[in-house]
Amino acid sequence: MFVPCGESGPDLSGCTLLLPAVSVGNVGQLAIDLIISTLNMSKIGYFYTDCLVPMVGNNPYATAEENSTELSINTEVYSLPSRKLVALQLRSIFIKYKSSSFCEKLLSWVKSSSFARVIVLSSSHSYQRNDLQLRSTPFRYLLTPCMQDSAQNEIQSLNWQEMEKTPCIPEMSDSDYCVRIPGGGITRTLYQESCSKEIPMAVLLKFVSEGDNIPDALGLVEYLNEWLQIIKPQSDDPTPSTLPWKIPSSWKLLFGSGLPPALF
Amino acid sequence: MAATFFGEVVKAPCRAGAEDDEEEEEERRRETPEDREVRRQLARKREVRLLRRQTKASLEVALLEKYSCSRFIIAVGNNAVAFLSSFVMNSGVWEEVGCAKLWNEWCRTTDAVHMSPTEAHCVFYHLKSNPSVFGSCPKKNMQVTVLTCRHVTDYKTSESTGSLPSPFLKALKTQNFKDPVCCSLLEQPNIVHDLPAAVLSYCQVWQLPAVLYLCYTDVMKLDLLTAEAFKPVLSSRGLKGLAKNVPQSTEILRKLMTANEVQSNIYT
Repeated sequence: MFVPCGESGPDLSGCTLLLPAVSVGNVGQLAIDLIISTLNMSKIGYFYTDCLVPMVGNNPYATAEENSTELSINTEVYSLPSRKLVALQLRSIFIKYKSSSFCEKLLSWVKSSSFARVIVLSSSHSYQRNDLQLRSTPFRYLLTPCMQDSAQNEIQSLNWQEMEKTPCIPEMSDSDYCVRIPGGGITRTLYQESCSKEIPMAVLLKFVSEGDNIPDALGLVEYLNEWLQIIKPQSDDPTPSTLPWKIPSSWKLLFGSGLPPALF
Repeated sequence: MAATFFGEVVKAPCRAGAEDDEEEEEERRRETPEDREVRRQLARKREVRLLRRQTKASLEVALLEKYSCSRFIIAVGNNAVAFLSSFVMNSGVWEEVGCAKLWNEWCRTTDAVHMSPTEAHCVFYHLKSNPSVFGSCPKKNMQVTVLTCRHVTDYKTSESTGSLPSPFLKALKTQNFKDPVCCSLLEQPNIVHDLPAAVLSYCQVWQLPAVLYLCYTDVMKLDLLTAEAFKPVLSSRGLKGLAKNVPQSTEILRKLMTANEVQSNIYT
């Protein structure tokens, strides 16, 4: 359930909700970190459930001594009212068999808060690509039917590639075709439930392998930025490398502590 | 999937824990109503029971309704528990008011009813002379203190963990905790999981003042140095005035350690 930080709940109607799926390489979560950090979004509440492994730590977006001591938990909600943007960040993995319960609670909150649209940032195993996918861009999108009505024209003008349907049962030659997102975590459940509940949702994902997924996260936010124009290029040069995405201060020591000098 | 140098392809564990989800979905599709009922029954069995340890009777009234509480102290792990029992619970008279037992499929008994009283995972005590102190609740005036340990290799720092002066204390506090802490705060990107994190998350969300004191140590079994590393916490508001005789408590702790040492006689 959503618990606001302050006394009263903020008005979220008409806002765009960005959220990650806990997926391969944690790309969606890294991308949401970049968005919250770059736009300096402020925390407005928690999405408190028993569905994710509990975890706490100090403010991952700290920029100075003063703001580095605010406690953060595993699911927090941030907003940027000027752009009508709300971001939900998930910081730990789902407890077994609780992921569908989480999806239900989340979508029920989406409906009751009257969000204008939901965008899920996710990823899928790159080793599961078919031949066509290997030869094309690694980015894909999906729109629920009611989202298609509003966003299809914009998306088409961007020349984006829709996620292909693959055989439901790969081993069977006459199997039906459906959307499969291997390694995508709750992405497919969220998408399918949103289709049936008529929630305007878009899924943006990238084919990735696990490793140092920071470049993948940067790629995914830039893919999102092509559509939402979250940040505009500083100069006339629209190349992605010039866009100022702010790396959060908590992104250090991703691969462990320093090495003992005696090792060398 | 990952290819190893030996020419085999193995299923590599996914950092995002996403591997299970496809299998979970498959399982759910193949599930019959009977399977669902079995799963529901299992979920009901995985209950946390609160009861009086001596009589095994369930507590009819919530503990915090029966005993109002201004200070709630939780120790998680053997060294934290050893510290609390030697320094705090050996000063003054503490009365046991209840215990919590939980059951899941990993327990050796078939259900929670058959678990012996000594298998209680959590015992609640309150201080007889000052009943508002609760050792081992969401009342607004309550302050929560959690003590626990972690292995020093879990601590991320730009230096090597080998050079750290372990054991050492770090703290995390909720927004409503306004008192000074007895050690430095846990720096990014370090995090805490499990029960201490669950308690702190709850307190943060419901705006309760809470502090977690985390001892990073390289000895995870019962160890004198590690348990003594919690001593600075005795000056905090959560534990102030609860430890009456520190030298005596240190002696009690020392005795607890030797009693628990397994004497190896392979080489004697």
